[in-house]
Amino acid sequence: MYSEKFQNSLELVEKARDKNIALEPERMTAKQKEDLLAAFHPDYRQDQFDVLKIGPNKGDKVPFELAEILQAHSRITADSVDLSAPDYETDVLIIGGGGAGASAAIEANEAGADVMIVTKLRIGDANTMMAEGGIQAADKPNDSPAIHFVDAFGGGHFAAKRELLSKLVCDAPEAIKWLSDLGVEFDKDADGTMVTTHGGGTSRKRMHAAKDYSGAEIMRTLRDEVINRNIPVIDFTSAIELILDENGNAAGAVLMNMETKELLVAKAKTVIIATGGAGRMHYQGFPTSNHYGATADGLVLGYRAGAKLLYAETLQYHPTGVAYPEQIFGALVTEKVRSLGAKLVNVKGEVFMHPLETRDVAAASIIRECGDRANGVDTDNGNGVWLDTPMIEKIGGEGTIMKRIPAMWRMFDKYGIDIRKEPILVYPTLHYQNGGLDIDANCMTTNVENLFVAGEAVGGIHGKNRLMGNSLLDIIVFGRSAGINAAAKAKTVTVGKLTLSHVEKFEKEISDAGIKTETVSPKLLPNYTKQKSI
Amino acid sequence: MEKTVSIFLFGKKYEVPENLTIMTAMEYAGYQLVRGCGCRNGFCGACATIYRIKGDRELHACLACQTKVEDNMYIATLPFFPLVKQVYDIETIPTTETVMMQLYPEIYACIGCNACTKACTQGLNVMQYIAYAQRGDFEKCAEESFDCVMCGVCSSRCPAGISHPQVAMLARRINGKYLAPGSAHLEERVKEIKNGDFNELIEALMQKPVDEMKELYNNRDIEK
Repeated sequence: MYSEKFQNSLELVEKARDKNIALEPERMTAKQKEDLLAAFHPDYRQDQFDVLKIGPNKGDKVPFELAEILQAHSRITADSVDLSAPDYETDVLIIGGGGAGASAAIEANEAGADVMIVTKLRIGDANTMMAEGGIQAADKPNDSPAIHFVDAFGGGHFAAKRELLSKLVCDAPEAIKWLSDLGVEFDKDADGTMVTTHGGGTSRKRMHAAKDYSGAEIMRTLRDEVINRNIPVIDFTSAIELILDENGNAAGAVLMNMETKELLVAKAKTVIIATGGAGRMHYQGFPTSNHYGATADGLVLGYRAGAKLLYAETLQYHPTGVAYPEQIFGALVTEKVRSLGAKLVNVKGEVFMHPLETRDVAAASIIRECGDRANGVDTDNGNGVWLDTPMIEKIGGEGTIMKRIPAMWRMFDKYGIDIRKEPILVYPTLHYQNGGLDIDANCMTTNVENLFVAGEAVGGIHGKNRLMGNSLLDIIVFGRSAGINAAAKAKTVTVGKLTLSHVEKFEKEISDAGIKTETVSPKLLPNYTKQKSI
Repeated sequence: MEKTVSIFLFGKKYEVPENLTIMTAMEYAGYQLVRGCGCRNGFCGACATIYRIKGDRELHACLACQTKVEDNMYIATLPFFPLVKQVYDIETIPTTETVMMQLYPEIYACIGCNACTKACTQGLNVMQYIAYAQRGDFEKCAEESFDCVMCGVCSSRCPAGISHPQVAMLARRINGKYLAPGSAHLEERVKEIKNGDFNELIEALMQKPVDEMKELYNNRDIEK
């Protein structure tokens, strides 16, 4: 139930509903999209970026908040940690217990390597768990990996590293099969045909889903499998610095118990960074759909050890974060809501765009509608636009919402809004880190030997914007690949003397560059104490 | 001045704004959370919480990130509950009720008190899905338990010591792997890719100048 103040606009939305359902809004031209992005997308706001003064990407622009943690002090000094008697020794050390880390662990274990996971919260506390809408794979007869490639390459502004993107699309069907064989329950018809839909910017219906718990279903299955394989998971333990060996190759990490603050040393032949995203950095003050630990830790660890970043200046603002009620402000409203037919409607009840433009375009369009065009709905906590969910029941028949997006129904039902009968209010929310560490097709960083990366911490797979359903896909494809390659590489590695000299060197760079900062990183967790709401 | 309510965190009283969730109220009170906080969006089950409103006999369970504070709410978080998770090989397990008898025999000691269902933070019919598991109807168990976030509150209330979320997890994996129909089109596509059927197409895309890629993208046909 919405309060009195929303009723006028709600009436307009309801009155226009049948007409709006029938409407087929035009898609924007390439030129229209370019102009819209330049004027309204947060990535294009030049005053929100800083130039890096030190490190492998010196001279590049990144968001202020990222620059601050990339150029911050270590939590330790190089000489304060005893590297001579490691607490853990393993072939493959995986930092991060989300979908990429778990996939890597399963494959490295399968390949016969000794593998362990360290994760600062619990295994599964990750953005993977919160991915709702689905996972792409070109497995229908009218589709092909080549068409998938073109969709993703164009959607990412032709900036993806092609060797990574071709791996993503070509390994996609196999990834779905792997998950299915592990017991992931994809939505299927009675004859086994996968139920697939569009996402923003797709030209074929290739979005596979498990209701709107797609990521949760994948994550809990992977977690179950990791435990079944007796792979050690050191939880509530963060990696706070990579350890290199005397040859400059990755050789482990300094760990910190999140509760007792005890420092531990893990020595490894190869290391996989699978630390995920950065939503909790709240770039440009945006709320986020991300989990509690999404603080770009892997970028900091890698950067300090000399690994290069790619496209770290590009973030994804998901067009439909919750704008109201405030208790769930910024939470994700899956794109699948639009895949199922709901359209975006302004305060006057007008459809103002095609609902399935790519995410960057859709986000910019909503920001314009609420800003320059002043057609937003005032929520007392900023503005939003309507996402007309009752359209789904009219198009797909009664019961469609409970069958296909029960999590969305539940999330709003707790606040007295029945999305089957009433539309919801949305506004862009910080969702995904497009950029990250630069890797080759084997998932190894391009300039630190034996350091692998998988998942959201990678840059370059998607270019400068990512399509819905390609992230759940990349954590599986690149997670598995990182596990396989890191295990294989471990067989050939002899670890030299361990060192933290890169930490010392980085401290010197900070002071040589005249950077004055009190900040220490990685950030590990956001600080929300004494804040009323986020 | 916004309206406040009194809440009791582990028995200690705090005044907090009434519009907060239990999780943000804890942070408002000054807690820097490490445990008991995961996705903050109702999907991960990290923030299982039990509460009782003063003067009310009923004990409630919820997710702290998805529940608004109320006046005189006595709150205790349940950031960890020792569920029993049996280890098994998904490739070789039986797919009938035998597997439950082997791994989770305690489900047959269910006394039908329904405390699990009453406690479920997701509003699931937990006792019903355990009944399906007992008789080996894993498809129904999977369907009924699908929205489970594995927070463990059900198990904390169970006099029979059942680890409901783990029972359901096993049922879902058996259903997903063995009982759900296979996807012929998926198997076919995996075979085609292994066979190299798309190599030429992909190779062409790898070489194509960006201008031509733009042309291709902007004029591609989009399935209705």
